[in-house]
Amino acid sequence: MSQPRKAVALISGGLDSLLAARVMLEQGIHVEGINFFTGFCVEGHTHAIRQKDRKRPKRNNALWVAEQLGIRLHIVDVIEEYKDVVINPRHGYGANLNPCLDCKVFMVHKAWEWIRAHDFDFIVTGEVIGQRPMSQRADTLPVVARESGAEDLLLRPLCARNLPPTLPEREGWVDRERLYDFSGRTRKPQMALARQFGIEDYAQPAGGCCFLTDRQYATKLADLWRSRGERRYELDDIMLLKVGRHIRPRPHFKLIIGREEGENRFLEGYRKRFTHLRCTSHKGPLVLVDGEASDQDLELAARMVGRFGQGRHAEQVEVEAQRPGGAVLHFQVAPLPASEIPAEWYV
Amino acid sequence: MFEMPVEVDARNLLCPLPVIRTQDAVAGLPAGTEVVVRCTDPGALLDIPAWCRINGHELLSAREIDGEVEVRLRTVAQPPAA
Repeated sequence: MSQPRKAVALISGGLDSLLAARVMLEQGIHVEGINFFTGFCVEGHTHAIRQKDRKRPKRNNALWVAEQLGIRLHIVDVIEEYKDVVINPRHGYGANLNPCLDCKVFMVHKAWEWIRAHDFDFIVTGEVIGQRPMSQRADTLPVVARESGAEDLLLRPLCARNLPPTLPEREGWVDRERLYDFSGRTRKPQMALARQFGIEDYAQPAGGCCFLTDRQYATKLADLWRSRGERRYELDDIMLLKVGRHIRPRPHFKLIIGREEGENRFLEGYRKRFTHLRCTSHKGPLVLVDGEASDQDLELAARMVGRFGQGRHAEQVEVEAQRPGGAVLHFQVAPLPASEIPAEWYV
Repeated sequence: MFEMPVEVDARNLLCPLPVIRTQDAVAGLPAGTEVVVRCTDPGALLDIPAWCRINGHELLSAREIDGEVEVRLRTVAQPPAA
């Protein structure tokens, strides 16, 4: 008996990729999942940080989907390579800093490299024509296949019958008649198919799985680039954009202010690398300084620390600032009144 | 002979990085090796055991102690496909 054909399925953790992989399993294909970690994945990060959310542990949906399907899942760290996608998207951005089409091309390309390295036959995605405004349109699906290099090794089981037959279909590895012709933004056909497969529990679509689609997050990233005079980032930068209040009193530095205990605990992990401040006379947040702040700047920062702590109504608060080398400065300052914090300081 | 477990320090990393660190560490280890993963993301308490089940590794324990998650596992030989 011949060996089953092997496909790698891009697994995001959502319903579409779950169904696409399941449709392949129904046809006797050996499926393994692949999931790419870009650093911008929403996947429970703020949930993991914030104290109020920690009581309800958050599962990783890609792992959960793989377990439901009974397939292996390979999680691949693409943080470094992905920077070029975010910084120089050939096809531009969506509504915010989301390079959705370039992102899909990148991920399918990585999957194509993976199948060649691991002797797999083709790639499966949960894409549906018309589902997304940028990367899943009738005119952009061929772009993904072409620019990724995957060409007709890329099979989209949920909408395959709306597209020209791919190699797996032409060669009879999969039965085209048992693929689907979903299109548009409606989720009803996917939900019906899930019911047919007896799948009742799946991640609900919640406005995408990437922070770059979030307006507030994109604003903070744009501010980071503007302040540095260049479009670059490290993993720590993009993690910190998910945490705390970001206030930029001067172009050359900003403050990251923990909003609650969980965020303060997370920011503690960055103390050695950042100048940080904490109020010593009253309870208050841990505050990181991102940028080069002079002693005069730190005095202003100390007044802000007073503003966001329990001493906000006191005449004076005591604040300690520590630079990464260990030098400590002590300030006795009046907390800055809310009226003296212009709205434009808030990033 | 008793061998010390392989330690994976995934503290201050957010999901799925603790899983990726575990996956990368385990990839180079022979079957039967004990691995201890330490994390601060509470999600690891669910995710690393799930990763073990998916990949057939033996989960020895998973617990939270003083705000840190500790997962112990024993590696099992993997099929060559991946």
